[in-house]
Amino acid sequence: MYAQMVKTGVDRVAEREQLSPQEQEFQARIDADVRIEPRDWMPDAYRKTLIRQISQHAHSEIVGMLPEGNWITRAPTLERKMILLAKVQDEGGHGLYLYSAAETLGIGRDEMIDQLHSGRAKYSSIFNYPTLSWADIGMVGWLVDGAAIMNQVPLQRCSYGPYARAMVRICKEESFHQRQGYDLLIALSKGTDAQREMLQEAVNRWWWPALMMFGPPDADSVHSEQSMRWNIKQMTNDEGRQRFIDQTVPQAEYLGIQLPDPDLAWNAERGHYDYGAIDWDEFYAVLRGHGPCNRERLSARFDAHTQGAWVREAALAHAAKAAAREPAAGVQASA
Amino acid sequence: MSESAALAEFALRMGDSALILGHRLSEWTGHAPVLEEELASANVALDLLGQAQLWLSLAGELEGRGRSADDLAYLREPSAYRNLLLAEQLNGDFGHTLVRQFLFDAWNHLLLDALCAHPHARVAEIAEKASKEVRYHLERSSDWVVRLGDGTDESHRRVGAALEILWPYTGELFVLSASCPAATIVIDARWRELVDMVLQRATLDMPNDEWAQSGGIDGRHTEHLGKLLAEMQSLQRAYPGASW
Amino acid sequence: MTTNKSPEPGTNADADARSQWPLWEVFIRSQHGLSHRHVGSLHAPDAQLAMLNARDVYTRRNEGLSIWVVRAADIVASAPADKGPMFDPANTKVYRHPSFYEMPEEASGL
Repeated sequence: MYAQMVKTGVDRVAEREQLSPQEQEFQARIDADVRIEPRDWMPDAYRKTLIRQISQHAHSEIVGMLPEGNWITRAPTLERKMILLAKVQDEGGHGLYLYSAAETLGIGRDEMIDQLHSGRAKYSSIFNYPTLSWADIGMVGWLVDGAAIMNQVPLQRCSYGPYARAMVRICKEESFHQRQGYDLLIALSKGTDAQREMLQEAVNRWWWPALMMFGPPDADSVHSEQSMRWNIKQMTNDEGRQRFIDQTVPQAEYLGIQLPDPDLAWNAERGHYDYGAIDWDEFYAVLRGHGPCNRERLSARFDAHTQGAWVREAALAHAAKAAAREPAAGVQASA
Repeated sequence: MSESAALAEFALRMGDSALILGHRLSEWTGHAPVLEEELASANVALDLLGQAQLWLSLAGELEGRGRSADDLAYLREPSAYRNLLLAEQLNGDFGHTLVRQFLFDAWNHLLLDALCAHPHARVAEIAEKASKEVRYHLERSSDWVVRLGDGTDESHRRVGAALEILWPYTGELFVLSASCPAATIVIDARWRELVDMVLQRATLDMPNDEWAQSGGIDGRHTEHLGKLLAEMQSLQRAYPGASW
Repeated sequence: MTTNKSPEPGTNADADARSQWPLWEVFIRSQHGLSHRHVGSLHAPDAQLAMLNARDVYTRRNEGLSIWVVRAADIVASAPADKGPMFDPANTKVYRHPSFYEMPEEASGL
């Protein structure tokens, strides 16, 4: 998912009796589905985990603008151009809402940006893959947004108020993202031989990285339990991955493409699709910085930020000059 | 030239200018100086692309050769393009982009205001819709020119330089607006007034009128347009006749 | 395009301090709304750009909306509720609730 392998700083999930009275009451609020708000008491580990998770989610949205933005200037019709630009703009907006939510926990946006650029904070592994053809843009909408939506919908009911509310806003805007991607692919599937080849070639490259978005298998996922106890994660990695596969296979069939997994088969007994082994070496290598685009993604973000510093400075300088000329109003209202 | 052909030419000039400028703006995606600006500039780009679609559709209809807005956008050679030279200039830094935007917005705003009263119903309709958007574009771009002009020494220097470089492309704006058929549109003086007011607040000097670059609206472009179109049209050229 | 070599990521603390924009909270009253609702926050150097940004970020420029932007630093918030009443819906002033009173059927409209 966008927030993969978020560390909770907790080695073992504590039993209720081991918690302090304050922590017990905090847990009781979560269990009663009462939202935690910014000025409420919260365990330090909860605060830190949320900062990590929300900021990782925000960074993913921002970095995610790059692989899709890569094709705006080459979008093949005016309609597709506008749709893609609007989608990428939405992603920027989602990053903004999420940075906002994280800031309520006591960290500034510039500090989070610095963490991203220095490599201390992560973003979803999926955005380290290149968009090599127009079909890739469809893949990002269909598979990547599809996977993201699996987690975003339940997060609307997560325990932390500002995060839940940001997710509500995001989900409202998300409605067209996956459809945009799938619609693009339908057009290719009904097109020329060359377009259908483009489509198949793209899914060959995007399928496995999309499955890796859900994070390592549950057995290797040490932090899931605490996150679920705190209601900031609602599904285990494997649950999410299985649900995604079950939902997506029929969609692939409709497109007339072959998913690149010879072991993919419906298991009537389980009531789910069986699937092949994921190459976790690739996943960990990408997380360590060895994916096809890690360096380019980070340096694009870093360059935008540093090359834009003079603009931000100038805006502040102007504001100071204007304030010196006349006292600023505390509240600015329109109409 | 028949009146219909003259109007087609005018619509093409407006559509191409909006398209090329919108395309240039979209190049900032993922690279803006601050997140809020990403969203703002995408809004302006989307508006311009939408306006381009309207103008080009009209142009195609008036031309009567069965060409859609997409046909016009994706299948013409650079010499067939009728956009302002100002629109095809490189983005440069953020200040350069905003100066270009402001000079264009001020003109577009005055022109569209006048076109709301145009005798041709479709022209008036497009102008009515676009006016609201462009009023906002102008508010934004003029705000930034002031911010950067009257900001730090560095920002002042950068936008001052941008203004000098882009000024020679402003003459063509009024050749385009004056070419509108069935209307007499003279907006040079009001444009100068508006620009002067903003430049004063920005503590910037209005450049001298030395030589006005021209030719874009007649199909004589800079070297930039060819490269821009090669990128923009690449998929349609590579897969002729395909649907997307 | 030739540019100066960018410094290493993560070493720009000084530049960041000079270019950090303050935080603003945004409140919007929709066309048919009765009051302004908090929708989130954004960064801007002053009220004017905060207002322009609020329109672009939180309304995608829908018209007929009323927007308030307030510097986050200017907001004074109440302290969170004390521990006791958290799960206790107790409201000892029960006579404040309309349902406390039985109205005669003959007197309708109350």
